[in-house]
Order: sequence, then structure tokens, then C-alpha cells
Amino acid sequence: MIRAEQVNKYFYAPHEIHALKDASLHVASGEVVVILGPSGSGKSTFLRCLNRLEYAESGTISIDGADVLDPKANINTIRAEAGMVFQSFNLFPHKTVLENLTMAQMSVRKRSKAEADEKGMMLLKKVGISEKFNVYPNQLSGGQQQRVAIARSLAMDPKVILFDEPTSALDPEMVGEVLDVMKSLANEGMTMVVVTHEMGFAREVADRVIFMDAGRVIEEGTPEAFFNHPKNERTQTFLNQIL
Amino acid sequence: MSLYPGLDAPRTKAYTTIWTGIFFIGLILGMAGLYTATKSVDYVWRWYQVPDYFYYLDTIETVSEIDGMISGIETKDGATLVTVKNPGETETYTLPTESLLAAKGDFIYAGDPIGSQKKWRPGLLLYGLWITLKASFLAIILALVIGILTGLMRISDNPALKWTAITYIELVRGSPLLVQLMIWYFVIGTLVNRLVMDLGFSKIPTLWFGILSLAIFTGAYTAEIVRAGVQSVNVGQMEAARSLGMSYFEAMRKVIMPQAINRILPALAGQFISLIKDSSLLGVISVRELTKITREVVTSSLQPFELWIVCAALYLVLTFGFSLLVQRLETRAM
Repeated sequence: MIRAEQVNKYFYAPHEIHALKDASLHVASGEVVVILGPSGSGKSTFLRCLNRLEYAESGTISIDGADVLDPKANINTIRAEAGMVFQSFNLFPHKTVLENLTMAQMSVRKRSKAEADEKGMMLLKKVGISEKFNVYPNQLSGGQQQRVAIARSLAMDPKVILFDEPTSALDPEMVGEVLDVMKSLANEGMTMVVVTHEMGFAREVADRVIFMDAGRVIEEGTPEAFFNHPKNERTQTFLNQIL
Repeated sequence: MSLYPGLDAPRTKAYTTIWTGIFFIGLILGMAGLYTATKSVDYVWRWYQVPDYFYYLDTIETVSEIDGMISGIETKDGATLVTVKNPGETETYTLPTESLLAAKGDFIYAGDPIGSQKKWRPGLLLYGLWITLKASFLAIILALVIGILTGLMRISDNPALKWTAITYIELVRGSPLLVQLMIWYFVIGTLVNRLVMDLGFSKIPTLWFGILSLAIFTGAYTAEIVRAGVQSVNVGQMEAARSLGMSYFEAMRKVIMPQAINRILPALAGQFISLIKDSSLLGVISVRELTKITREVVTSSLQPFELWIVCAALYLVLTFGFSLLVQRLETRAM
């Protein structure tokens, strides 16, 4: 589903940083891959490179066979297949919850309003906030907002969803409700790439865990192998500090 | 201090009452001072003349153009047909029945009135107000369009668009509106009208050059306000919209712009209120807007005090009305 090979990314402002160093990632259809790593390790950057929210300088990235880095590719159609859930939700504050879900359905997927509304309500029910369809996002709690954001990306029927630290901005007691939604998605066979600090989620739901440090992918394996028998020394220190 | 309530002890009731009283005393003293000052320069206030410049009763006379005898008066559908006849020619005039002055068989000379009627007509100040309103309204619409387009060009990464926007903004903001008006009317106006007439069309009215220069002047400021508004919307909004597959322009139109416009509404209102007031400069290119009309009326009536005060009050009505309108938009948009 996703193939990223030897991806390099630099940031030039305020000073040059080599953010990704030959990072590679393969995600098969239906697989849940969790990317772990200390802050500044490039895990969010890597995720954002996958749907070209950041333009990688070299390497190859393809989503469902479409070359993301090809300047001639229609990036909008590629992005419509790769949903994204952000740390800060990024719901559209001037639109109601339901409108947040239907806007892109109508303009990108060319669905009728009735069709989009129906799909939107169905997804709101799925994430458990269908009664709030007519309120504005700022009237919702953080956990509710993030569930709406997940429903918004699901509304496009994406082939894969990228999660960029979806629970990091939430109060501790709201983390659970968002993780539950993500777990049920994983159980339904959705392809997911998740950048997170939730070790419990990684251990329980991930098919594969990837560990990054200083822009490199330094360890990769099943959660079982990763958490219980880490090979790399850096991984061991990381796990010692957080577990 | 009311910005930071709770930092100081609350004000007592007496404090509020005393200082409110002082405000009104100051206001009354100021007005009384102005009044006595005008007394001492022997100015005679004639407020009763002012309404005439808004609406006045005009006398319209129907005048015979030939010498002759009134040979017939007929009434048809509420109008009266008067026929004047002499050996050589016959003329027929139509006038309202109640305004008739002549009778059948009267002998009249050319220039004699056959009938006289009175009609209410809008006065000069009202005409000037209308022109100011029209020029401001059209210029505001045009400035908004120019401002949004240029604002978006300004943040584009296309060098041609970006530098066009920067050049335009810096050029327009760098010279006085009065000078720009002169250039629009005397330089560009002359060239364009020359060209238009060579092509066989009629001249473009002066008002249009006035509206265009106002719009282009205000458009430059609007562009910077729009740019600031767009940049104030969190980058995450654009990322969210784009990651759903929307194109740049779609995301701009449906996600960024609605939020930006909402935030810049107060600043835009200020800019457009300036435009309404700046329209008073159009008088220098002989557009008969409110200020120029007031100047004309002052010259003929010799009542500058009343008329200039009225002129200012009329601008206040326009600008205050506009800001009420924007306030409504603001509360509705929230």
C-alpha cells in the first residue's frame, strides 16, 4: 500500500537540519504500523512526507502505486486516498460537525449533499457523537474533536489513514475514547500508520513497530519482539526511560 | 482599566456618577462656547434655510412660445390641452388642470405663462449625498475585489504574481490620494478618452475615473489586510483541507478565506470608512459629490457654518451606517 524508500528530507530554516536520513517504510494493505521514537527523531516528518505535506528531497514514495514525489502527479487525488489525523485536530471552526465531514466529500468525491450527509451521519454514529452533528467544533471536548477528525478522514473512504500523534494534545481521560475508535478501525482492517507515544496501543494493536532516532529508522519488528527483545542499544535506552 | 478588571479595587458608584457628570458638563460648555463665539463675530444662524437644500418646492411655469389667442381649452384624462393660435401658426400645450392660469379668448405674447405648478424636488445636498454614496459603494465593491485578488497574489510563490502585487501595493501606498486622483484624471483620463474617442465612442464620465482611483488606492491597503488575515489562519487548516484532497484554491475559498474575512472585518470596515471620507477629494476632478456641492451652496447662500456642519453630519450618517452594517455582519458570522 505504502512504499517509501531511502527518503531524505532537509529543513533549511532557521538552520539546516537533515531531518530524514534514508528512511524506508513498507506498509501492506490492512496492516497497522506504529512509528515510535523520541521527540525530534523525525517520525512526524516522515509521516508528513508520505502524503507530501512535506516534500522529501530524495527517495521514492508511493501510495497504492501512485508516485507521490512525481511533480506531474495529481497530488489531490493521491491525498484523497490517504487520510490524515492531526495532533491538533484541525477541524474547520466555521463549519458544523456534519459540514466538516461533508465538505470534502462533495467537492472532492463529487457526492450529492444527501449522499454526503448520510455518510457523515453514519460515521458520526460510528465514532459515537452523532447527537452533536449540528454544533461547532469549539463546543466539543478535545476527545470529541479528535473523533470528529477521524470521522472526517474516513468520510473520504481512504485506503490508508496517517495518524500524527492523535492523542498528544488530549487530557489523559480523553485518550481512551480516541484510542478505542482507532482500535475498532484496526480491527475492521483499515491500513494505518500511527505516530504515537501510546506504548499500550502499539503493543496491543500494531502489526509492526518502527523505531526512529535522529532521522533514521533504526529498528523494526513485531510489538512482541520490539518491546521484549530490543536489539539496538538506542531502543533499549528509550524503552527503559518510558516503561 | 476596564480591559483588566480585577487588577484594581472596583470603582465606587460616586466615582462613576461624578465623572459622567463632568463629561456632560464639558460637552455643554464646549457647545455654549462655540455659540457665544459665533455671536461675537455677528454670525446670523439661518438653520431654516437648510431644509431647502434637501427638498424644495419648485415652481414650474408653462410658457407660450408664440404670440396669439387662446383658441381652445380641452380637458382630457386629468390633463388640459391649451391651443394658442395666430394667423401663421398653432401650438398646443399640455398641463395639469389645476395649474391653468389663462382662459379661452385671452390674448398672450410669447413668454407669457399659461400655467404654473409647484413640485417638490430633491435639493443639491441630497444630490451630492447620492453621488458620494454611489461613488463610495462602487469603489468599496471594486476595492474588495482588488484587495482579495492582490492579497492572494502577494502570498503566491509565483514571482510574476507576487512582484506585481508588491509593486502595486508599494506604488499606491507611496503617494497621496490627491496626487493619484490628478494622475487618473489628467494623465490617464486624457489618454483613455483620446483613445476612446478615436475609436468612435463617447467619453468616459469623470465619476468613473474617480471611482477607479479610490478603488485602486484602497485596494492596496485592503490587500495587505487580506494578506494578514490569511496568514493569521493556522497553517493546520490548510494542511487539513489539502490532506482531504482539496485543491489550493478550493481550500482557500472554502476553508481559509471564510475564517480570514471574519477576522479582518473590523480592519476592513475602518479602511472602507476611510474610503467614504476620501471620496470628498473627488471634487478636485469636478465630480459633484457632497463636499463640492456644499462648497457650491456655501458660495451662493453665504451660510458656511450651518452647511459645513450639515455636510459633516451627512458623512457621519454614511460612515456610522456603514459601521453598523459591518457590526451586524460580524455578529452574524460568529
